[in-house]
Amino acid sequence: MTSFLEALAWLGDPAHWSGPSGIPIRTAEHLGYTVLGVLVAALIAVPLGLYAGHTGRLASLSLALAGAARALPTLGLVTLFALLLGIGLGAPLLAFVILAIPSLLAGTIAAVQSADPATVDAARAQGMTETQILARVEIPLGMPLLIGGVRGATVQVVATAMLAAYVGNGGLGRYIFLGLGARDYPQMLAGSLLIIALALVLDLSLLLLQRLTAPRGVRAA
Amino acid sequence: MRWVLDNLDVIAGYTGAHLVQALPPVLIAFALSLPLAKLANARGWLRTSVTTTSGLLYAIPSLPLFVLLPGLIGTSVRSPLNIAVALTLYGLALMVPAASDAFRSVSRDVLGSATAQGFAPAARFLQVELPLAGPVLLAGVRVVAVSTISLVTVGGVLGVPSLGMLFVDGFRRGILAEIAAGVVLTAALALIIDALLVLLGRALMPWTRQQGVRSA
Amino acid sequence: MTIHSTRRHLLGTLGAGGLALGAAACGGSDPFEEEGAAGASDAGGGSAGIVIGSQAYYSNEIIAELFAQVLEAEGYTVERQYQIGQREVYIPELESGALSLLPDYLGNLLQHYDPDAESASPEEIHAALGEALPEGLRVLDFAAASDQDSYTTTSDFAAEHSLTTIGDLAGVEEDLTIAANSEFEVRPYGPEGAKEIYGVDVSVVPVEDSGGPLTVQALLDGDVQLADIYTADPAIAENDLVVLEDPESMILPQNVVPVVTDAIDEGAEAAIGTVLSALSADDLVELNRRSVVDQASSADIASDWLSEKGLV
Repeated sequence: MTSFLEALAWLGDPAHWSGPSGIPIRTAEHLGYTVLGVLVAALIAVPLGLYAGHTGRLASLSLALAGAARALPTLGLVTLFALLLGIGLGAPLLAFVILAIPSLLAGTIAAVQSADPATVDAARAQGMTETQILARVEIPLGMPLLIGGVRGATVQVVATAMLAAYVGNGGLGRYIFLGLGARDYPQMLAGSLLIIALALVLDLSLLLLQRLTAPRGVRAA
Repeated sequence: MRWVLDNLDVIAGYTGAHLVQALPPVLIAFALSLPLAKLANARGWLRTSVTTTSGLLYAIPSLPLFVLLPGLIGTSVRSPLNIAVALTLYGLALMVPAASDAFRSVSRDVLGSATAQGFAPAARFLQVELPLAGPVLLAGVRVVAVSTISLVTVGGVLGVPSLGMLFVDGFRRGILAEIAAGVVLTAALALIIDALLVLLGRALMPWTRQQGVRSA
Repeated sequence: MTIHSTRRHLLGTLGAGGLALGAAACGGSDPFEEEGAAGASDAGGGSAGIVIGSQAYYSNEIIAELFAQVLEAEGYTVERQYQIGQREVYIPELESGALSLLPDYLGNLLQHYDPDAESASPEEIHAALGEALPEGLRVLDFAAASDQDSYTTTSDFAAEHSLTTIGDLAGVEEDLTIAANSEFEVRPYGPEGAKEIYGVDVSVVPVEDSGGPLTVQALLDGDVQLADIYTADPAIAENDLVVLEDPESMILPQNVVPVVTDAIDEGAEAAIGTVLSALSADDLVELNRRSVVDQASSADIASDWLSEKGLV
């Protein structure tokens, strides 16, 4: 309990809110790593998921690979990639992408497959091409599930993005590793609270987006 | 590769220690999630708040939680209990919503007819509700098991023996094979436990073998 | 649960196999409590022997293994508990008597007990440790071998700016960064000390490998101009790096010094002493080189060195 109060005091200290290692800059870096990781993962996972979900091809293979990827320990990936790539953002980013892909892939496949087959057939009967069916029927209907995948990936990456600081980067992980190394636990706890707060904000924003993207007349999942 | 062959005993020790840390939290989280999910389902508002807060619990970075728990629960820094408690919390965060979905997937009509047939509440739960919720529960446990086995490695940063020690030592000495062995073995452990859970599910729920599992 | 020998508990649980797992899972409150007795037997000695610990640092484990093997050669029963994290973890275990011997380093050990400790000669720090250590703990003699923090740069960068001492960095025009563990930021010999004592501005790029290969790579790649590489690291000679001199003794000396409990008797102290007086700075670098370059185990490295020196 005392360390919790000390952490709040640490957060309240104006000295920690300015300068290059101040809270605003570290939070912005942390957010940047998270968004970048999820974005790159989405560039890979969403097209693959759309293809797999729509055609049914590769769907079970993709899901099996995604399941296997969940089993990879991120700390191991970051240290391994760092020894291969050197310090900087490359190694942690690669690890975050691998971390984010399973949720995104599963979410996208579920989104495409959530459309009622009768609806899809009706669209086909109206003469829509397969691309049109995907773009005008399956994606809009499944959008909340797709955003759900983004939400899952984002929360996972935001909590793990502290590992960027393990190999020479910034972000809120700086407070955690400095606190750990210097036995300054209030600082470490303060860093964790900031990460949790950032996760909460991102989670709620995406939840809101999920609600907003639910097609009118369809009760969102 | 030579490092791996020369250090098979070290690797075996860490693998065992890894399992000892990972498995109890999975089982405890599973056991605790059943009553918690039942409780949550009985009250609508509670269900909503449980699903929201459990997502948030998962956002707590694991390393600080491992370090700070001793101060909160009075254990020593090197106690494996810290990691066990933290991993149980993460397990609950995933398992309670899954169990809540699982119980909701059981049709009320089926439960009603079981009551009409004279099942006592406890018997109805054990013989009707739990088996019907089984497939969704199993899916939840599989996710918890895989994620827990992967999370145990973080304790390596604190010197708690697990396959995560191979990351820290390999990183310090620049031995790629050591880190790679840790990554591969962690993933392999997770996938083996996952496969065992699937087999266990088939043995306990033979009816799921034929038809597709209906998920919530 | 008591603080000591949790690792033994873990290994013991392993020995007991799947049964223990099931019991732990169902039993509830403390899955690791009951297994200690079975586990202790794996080291052969139980409580009568000497329990040697090491930090989670490969070089420290090698030194611990040197002590273990000379003690065994003298007929002592030794139990090894290596790789137990950092000071905040193993010091309480020494204080409780769960560990009886661990190789530590002069400056860092003093700083653990006295965070404001100023830099001084190894002899002065050794004397200060005699005062600072709690009842029941003492340090033996220190070795010539030392493994201390440094401001290290490439020979090219040193030549380009004619650098020999840390103070020479004050004349470098470009912004200086140093790759080091996070906590370097708040150490007395970190950026603040460099500014105060040498008038040098430097900012930390945190790389959490304690001056390991990633830190060295960052230096060689020019991502940073300086790196905190421990002076017993073989990478310094291998890459022709330059350790900048510290004429003001800003950096605490980190000679190897065993911290022990009363479980170490005179005979054991004499045996450990033979290692301490033989272990030179170059020896420690060579021992480390065998670990990171040859990837040899601490047991092999230790037995080769001890027989080469005629100590066993």
